Amino acid sequence: MKISFTKIIILSFAIFILGIFWQGLKTNKNYDTKNLVGSKISNFQLSEINNHQQYISEENLKKNNYTLINFFASWCAPCRTEHKYLLNLSNSKKEIKIIGINFKDKKINANNFLSELGNPYDFVGKDIDGKTSILFGIYGIPESILINNELIVIKKIIGPIDEIQFNEILKLIQ
Amino acid sequence: MLSNIGISLLVLVLILSFLIIYNASLDLKISSQSVKKNIYKLSLFQITFIILSFFTLIIGFINSDFSLINVYENSHTAKPLFYKIAGTWGNHEGSLLLWVNILVIFSYLFLVFNRNHDKKFRLYTLIFQNILILGFLFFLLLNSNPFNSIYPIPLEGLGLNPILQDPALAIHPPLLYVGFVGCSIYFSAAMASLLSDYGGKLFAQSIKTWVKISWCFQTLGIIVGSIWAYYELGWGGFWFWDPVENASLLPWFAITALMHSLIVLEKRNTLYAWAIILCLLTFILSVTGTFLVRSGILNSVHTFASDPSRGIYILSFLSFMIFSALTIFFKKYKKENYNFNLKSKEIFILANNWFMAFFLVTVLIGMLYPIFLDVLINEKISVGPPFFNIVIIPLVIPFMILMAVGPKFGWIKSKNKIFYKALFLILVAGVINLFIFYFFGKYSLLSNLIFIAAIFLILHSLLDFKNFINNKNKLELPRIISHLGFGLLVFFIGINHQFSLEEDFNLKVGEVKKTSAYVIDFEDISIEEGKNYKAIIGNFKLTNLKNNIVQYLNPEIRIYPNPETLTYEAAIKTKINSDLYLTMSNVSRSEYYNIKFQKKPFMIWIWISALMITFGGFVQLTLKKNEN
Amino acid sequence: MNLKIFFSIIYFLFLAPLYSSDERIKLLEIYKNLRCLVCQGQSIADSNSDFAATIKLVVQDQVNEGKTKDEIYNFLISKYGEWIVYQPTFSKSNLLLWILPYFIFIVGGLIIFAIIRKSKHNKAN
Repeated sequence: MKISFTKIIILSFAIFILGIFWQGLKTNKNYDTKNLVGSKISNFQLSEINNHQQYISEENLKKNNYTLINFFASWCAPCRTEHKYLLNLSNSKKEIKIIGINFKDKKINANNFLSELGNPYDFVGKDIDGKTSILFGIYGIPESILINNELIVIKKIIGPIDEIQFNEILKLIQ
Repeated sequence: MLSNIGISLLVLVLILSFLIIYNASLDLKISSQSVKKNIYKLSLFQITFIILSFFTLIIGFINSDFSLINVYENSHTAKPLFYKIAGTWGNHEGSLLLWVNILVIFSYLFLVFNRNHDKKFRLYTLIFQNILILGFLFFLLLNSNPFNSIYPIPLEGLGLNPILQDPALAIHPPLLYVGFVGCSIYFSAAMASLLSDYGGKLFAQSIKTWVKISWCFQTLGIIVGSIWAYYELGWGGFWFWDPVENASLLPWFAITALMHSLIVLEKRNTLYAWAIILCLLTFILSVTGTFLVRSGILNSVHTFASDPSRGIYILSFLSFMIFSALTIFFKKYKKENYNFNLKSKEIFILANNWFMAFFLVTVLIGMLYPIFLDVLINEKISVGPPFFNIVIIPLVIPFMILMAVGPKFGWIKSKNKIFYKALFLILVAGVINLFIFYFFGKYSLLSNLIFIAAIFLILHSLLDFKNFINNKNKLELPRIISHLGFGLLVFFIGINHQFSLEEDFNLKVGEVKKTSAYVIDFEDISIEEGKNYKAIIGNFKLTNLKNNIVQYLNPEIRIYPNPETLTYEAAIKTKINSDLYLTMSNVSRSEYYNIKFQKKPFMIWIWISALMITFGGFVQLTLKKNEN
Repeated sequence: MNLKIFFSIIYFLFLAPLYSSDERIKLLEIYKNLRCLVCQGQSIADSNSDFAATIKLVVQDQVNEGKTKDEIYNFLISKYGEWIVYQPTFSKSNLLLWILPYFIFIVGGLIIFAIIRKSKHNKAN
């Protein structure tokens, strides 16, 4: 059987495609935005939930060594399960500030939520229509972003913070 | 008990497949020209048992026999009978059983209907087809067995997914599988043809009916799927270039190319190697499509629930098929001498294949590129409708022009007057297009060209039809119908796309929205309890501002229990000149409802044209042997 | 002379309509090009999810601010990655995607051309 150039090309091509398929079976299928770790937070302005004359912007965050921005809502069940880790972080002596952003919620419900479960936040912003969440690349609740003093995202937590992720945060903010 | 009966029947079929392969291999060496009688008997048993196994599963569904895991997972006592039966093939394992059934049925029919063809060729076809049967049967029995039983027997089933309870969706898989899986027989026949040196005209004649049958059903299956998507999925579209849709389109391009090439192979005894390649490619594409969709490697709106072991098995079998096909093809390939004139029908059929290859490659690359990037550089991108539309649509323009003009050319060579007639019709098409453009609405240059090319194809086909009525040459009729259907399809899709009205807005009960052409009054909400769901029905009054005609539309939000699922039922009013389409969904934690309103001109003509394309194919199947 | 008239007619019929497309940004066109991240293969236009509703608001705001389609897409890509747009970008990594189909088309054309040439050659012998 004479082996010609075309045959080798076709054979290599078939092996290549099948190889890609084999590898493809092993990679993760669900898309998450974890690839945004490394990007920078830019222009935003958040007004305080109870006082709309008070606000913070990215300038304020530069003063912190680390900031955890946590999107939550009173109507969100998983937000309750992660709350204790947020309280833990805020009570610890670590160099981390926690900003809460109340997502598509009513002021009164948010306040009740925080008085019932405790308030771990150094600042609670409001995002009534959800548009601010888009600025932070959020697509579900709860979701949290850990940034450093250069406003670079160093960790993204999608879904409620659990024990493992809590420990990872602690490690990162040493 | 059903479980045991089902598994026993499948094992019998497995054993029979081995016996058939064994006996056929022995018979190959015997010089007599007729196939041994016992091979026929074995095949008859095989087809009997496999059909019985399928009926066994159907009975399981009808009786709601939850001792079968498959019935437990996919059915429910409250399901209407029709959907219980359709549930048999509406899941992974059941559809795989249907797949094996069609493999066996086509194997038997090919054996029985090709008695006047070469014996070695027929035996090899049988052998390869049974190797395919074995492959899928092993997969079925070891990995995806519909007859696996469960104990203790549950009292009620899980399967009440409301989206699957629809007549179009019920018949869509069987139709599509006759296409998808039917092409297995000419994959096997192509391998057999290479090994037995049975090529040319005779080979074309042995497989052409099967190619036509699979083409008709594949086309019909795709259309029915689109119709279902339009009426049921609630977005007003009928084609999304979704992986499952693309998976059904890939073999379609190959079968269409093959169908046209066989004409050349039969008439002029040339293009044999290319026809073989197409035969092998079609079923390979079918299995590739199945792999992509069932392994979970791509995510899409309507994937079956995925399981990595399935992917591994199908991929292994696919690799085996590809390497066997390549080995045998390379071994037996002989160079052909080509003798084509530029101005001949053969060249235009080659051109059809050229374009089909382009469309196929585009869809394939679009589907595979995200996987490719993900594996190689760990980047995730999406390739969606804009990509396919941008790349494919411009080339549909020359494609339609060739479609119109090609059939006019004679075999081997033709006269030049064809060009003058074509030129004249282009001008007429241009005038008609201009008329539409100036009186109905402006559109882009590309759209102009699409309309002109489509009208050109339509005019040519209509003139051909007039000629047919005069000279009664039945050979032309199927082509005229299908090509006319295609021209009309592109034309109506173009009109629909250009002149559709679409609005997306939020409304509270009692509010009114005024758009440029309609006033939409959200009058009120009513609640209804259906058989197995609760419905929130919106009552909308639509007033057409141009003629003040009032219509009422009632979209629904349906809440199904166990597990709680929401579906959105669109309100669609279909008329001969347009469809009115309204869906509503509730905005969470608010009194607002999100309303999507569309007016789609000539929507029903899109279905009619598409069905016309299929109809041409069926007409060709009914033409008597001597007319063909 | 006749040829001139003929070509003028062709020009009029085919190229005149060139000067009149609609340049307004259509919101729905943008919605259709955006992928709903929390759905299984639906666009923002088709999805009824909460996320889709929020994205629609953001897009509306940006269109009202006068941003172009590309600016809006680039903004969302910077936040969510290229996964969120259905039309692949014209970047280096996507070069092969856009070019390969046309490349194959040209190769196909060359093959047919070669076949016709060879046929003429065979006939000449």
